[in-house]
Amino acid sequence: MTDALLEVNGLRTVFDTRAGTVCAVDGVDATVRRGECLGVVGESGSGKSVTFASVMGLVRPPGRIEAGRILFEGRDLRALSPRQMRAIRGRDIAMTMQDALTALNPALTVGEQMAEMMEAHDESLPASRGARRRAIAERSAEMLGLVGIPSAGERLRQYPHEFSGGMRQRIMIAIALASRPKLLIADEPTTALDVTIQAQVLELITDIRAELGMSVVLITHDLGVVAEHCDRVMVMYAGQVVETGPTADVIGAPRHPYTKGLLASIPRLALRGQRIRPIEGQVPELIDLPPQCRFYSRCPERGPECLRPVEMHDAGEGREARCVRVVPEMVS
Amino acid sequence: MSLARLVERLLQLIPVLLGVSVIVFVMITLTPGDPVDIMIGDEIVTEEQEEAMRRDLGLDRPVHERFLVFLGNAVQGDFGESFYHGRPVADVIAERLPATIELTLVAMIIALVTAIPLGVLAAIKRNSILDRIATVGSLLGVSLPGFWFGILLIMLFAVQLDLLPVSGRIGYAFEIEPITHFMLIDTLLRGRPDAFLDALSHIILPAITLGLPMTAILMRVTRASMLEVLRQDYVTFAEAKGLARHRILFRHALKNALIPTVSVAAIETGSLLGGNMIVETVFGWPGLGRLVVESIFVRNYPLVQAAVLLYAVTYVMLNFFADILYTVLNPRVKL
Repeated sequence: MTDALLEVNGLRTVFDTRAGTVCAVDGVDATVRRGECLGVVGESGSGKSVTFASVMGLVRPPGRIEAGRILFEGRDLRALSPRQMRAIRGRDIAMTMQDALTALNPALTVGEQMAEMMEAHDESLPASRGARRRAIAERSAEMLGLVGIPSAGERLRQYPHEFSGGMRQRIMIAIALASRPKLLIADEPTTALDVTIQAQVLELITDIRAELGMSVVLITHDLGVVAEHCDRVMVMYAGQVVETGPTADVIGAPRHPYTKGLLASIPRLALRGQRIRPIEGQVPELIDLPPQCRFYSRCPERGPECLRPVEMHDAGEGREARCVRVVPEMVS
Repeated sequence: MSLARLVERLLQLIPVLLGVSVIVFVMITLTPGDPVDIMIGDEIVTEEQEEAMRRDLGLDRPVHERFLVFLGNAVQGDFGESFYHGRPVADVIAERLPATIELTLVAMIIALVTAIPLGVLAAIKRNSILDRIATVGSLLGVSLPGFWFGILLIMLFAVQLDLLPVSGRIGYAFEIEPITHFMLIDTLLRGRPDAFLDALSHIILPAITLGLPMTAILMRVTRASMLEVLRQDYVTFAEAKGLARHRILFRHALKNALIPTVSVAAIETGSLLGGNMIVETVFGWPGLGRLVVESIFVRNYPLVQAAVLLYAVTYVMLNFFADILYTVLNPRVKL
């Protein structure tokens, strides 16, 4: 596929714990095309954040990437030196975190945290100190303006605690976008925010995406957010991708029982008059999983044919699902 | 830092000092031993002479009266005369103070420049050999009593290796006219690098002994807070920004990690005051600490009183200073 910006193949990320090796990401394939917004959905512990932390090279011990290929513009990120990887982080692939309050350094001003991003990546800055400082200040103010923070010049001298929660989130986005990345990984960008501000922040990301022509990976557990903002969606469960496809198709006609369950448990998307049905049970422990469908214990459609490893199956129209029922002849 | 807050903190000193005065006065009066007896020693005096001495020193009056007289004079800045020196207590203390301040400062510098880099290194290389050595070392550092460690250092460096002098501030051969009363500075100001090196060789062992527990504590605090900070989201976010490793460590992590270290350092400096008494005695350092110990032995009441008050003021001021530093380093806190 030529328009793939990011291509992840067979990614396996594990954490060595006292209880055993936890396989947080198990054979994940993912593709992000240029200019598109990919929604990544799943419960806590589904591996969605770890997958993209792996892409960023930010998995810390005791975690490690055990296998897989991560191609960004055709370059294998796993083969890069730490220095080369640092040059890509922030400049080509930027990330925002769930909670801006903890992601912004309390001891540094917003301006400093913005400036260091540009200092690290922007080669177009003038060489002389004074001119460089002025250019950075100007660009920083411009970025804050872009995310809708007024009187940006003054606010650059303030510390994160002097801003409201929604503003901090926007500042973090502004910092992430400061060097105009090709890919933005937004990890739960709205979870820590009030409902009214959630919409604003998501609109902001969508607008800037159009303006900068960048790709966005929107990691969330909220299918409603995905429905509104993403071109394609990737549903994860217990470290595996269980369903992918164009957002409208997946939400309109989910193929995997887990996706169906997710949709049925969302108030906004459930049909009027229909009861909200939570998915029974819990995500299995990711240690020593039996070689069977991981959703087996919670699946309302389970059968004996599910008691063996399940592959991703082509479900037509660019869709795939990890369920034997997608292929009728596999169900006996 | 508002002026009102500053005044408030200074006013807080009053009850502290009053309390300390009462406690010291009571303790010293309850301590067995009589200053007049000690002064007389083996000499033969008549009872009238002894009474006269007692009267001169004001010791013939009841305790509460003595205390009120002391308070009244102290408020006016008069701490009385040292029984032993026959001179105002303030003068005697002022003479000995620079040696103590100099020793304390050098001990602090040694503690800071070893503890912070070690703590940071131990945190970055967590569970490495270096980390383990540093952790065990710091445990030893807080556990070893100063008098024992000091004597150990003397035995090794002064007696066995004959590298460093045993006691004093500077060799007898050097006559340095005081300017600042800080030996290390005066020798340089007088253009005597040879004397400076000699003074340095005198101060190094007592300073290490004095600074050891502080080094150990600061190392542990730095290590712990650095580990804590390195786990924070803002460090991950800084990494996600593709910043250089040194920038993440020093600008993002260390700046936050040092907040507790600095507060603890300021407070620990107060505990160096107590350490001074032991270290100065072991190393024959002519400072306030040894003066106080000697004064306690001879029941030199006025001097002990004044010195303890001075310690109390210093301690409170150091805590105050720690608070100020905390606000300077931590923009979230407004005093």
